[in-house]
Amino acid sequence: MNNIYLYMFIMAAVTYLIRMLPLALIKKKITNRFFKSFLYYVPFVTLAVMTFPAILSATDSVWSAAAAFLVAMVVAYAGGGLPTVATIACAVVFIVELFI
Amino acid sequence: MSNFNLFKKGFKNGIPIFLGYLAVSFTFGIAAKEGGLTTWQAVLISATNLTSAGQFAALTVIASASSYIEMALTQLVINLRYCLMSSSLSQRFDTKMKPYHRFLIAYGVTDEIFGVSSAYEKENVPPAYCYGLIAAAFPGWVLGTALGAVSGDILPASILSALGVALYGMFIAIIVPPTKKDKVLLGIVVISMLLSLGFAVTPILKEISSGFRVIILTLIIAGAAAYFFPIKEEEAHDE
Repeated sequence: MNNIYLYMFIMAAVTYLIRMLPLALIKKKITNRFFKSFLYYVPFVTLAVMTFPAILSATDSVWSAAAAFLVAMVVAYAGGGLPTVATIACAVVFIVELFI
Repeated sequence: MSNFNLFKKGFKNGIPIFLGYLAVSFTFGIAAKEGGLTTWQAVLISATNLTSAGQFAALTVIASASSYIEMALTQLVINLRYCLMSSSLSQRFDTKMKPYHRFLIAYGVTDEIFGVSSAYEKENVPPAYCYGLIAAAFPGWVLGTALGAVSGDILPASILSALGVALYGMFIAIIVPPTKKDKVLLGIVVISMLLSLGFAVTPILKEISSGFRVIILTLIIAGAAAYFFPIKEEEAHDE
């Protein structure tokens, strides 16, 4: 049996270093236009990739999840803020699952 | 805006993260207990790692008594996407910001906190805003873990299911509005989702872990977008 606390230390240390090193090392604003553009686009790609299709398996039913996805897209497009969209998405799942 | 108000603003925007984390970490707490960990150990893992996929993978490593090297490599592979996120975030801080802020905020670079920080309306994200986000997200993650580990049926299934989409709803609220004014961003979001779907259903490609899928698609799509549609000098954050 390995030491559970040593496992914990290793995982915490590796995870922290991955997050910390870029922040600590890249202190200046990058002027290279390609890299600047790349880093500007990163959040849009990462969040879109993580959202779809993962959202479809995030609830007990693919239908409630699909409904939440569509409603969230519409509400966000219509200008709903962050807490609003998140809350409405949850409400849609809850309501749809009452009927299936 | 004063630091306290920035903190409050971050905390308020972090409430959906709190709720989403409560649901996800609740299942982590249950899984940790089933894996033979004590409640204290499960909570300690959540408090020191603040990450989802990496923690679930760690349970497997611990249960199979794999080597410490394997633990390190597993975490490196699964969490490598944070490296891209931190690099992107590094460009959103004032160059004159005190260095210790970078070391503290680094602890909280999760998918969600990164996402919400990136959506901050000005180019420079104030550290107090990030701390507000972390202050809301952290209790959700730790509390959910503890509840799940103590009692797996303390939260009703219907509520857990509903909370399951909170984080995705948040992501959508972050990426969709800017696509209205910028056709390139619209293209990026649509292509990212379609290719992600492609990766999820295509044989062989679907064997790639979700963490690596994020890295591969980010390098390809953000790379192509940066090459074909480099941002104009002043364009980036004046929306």
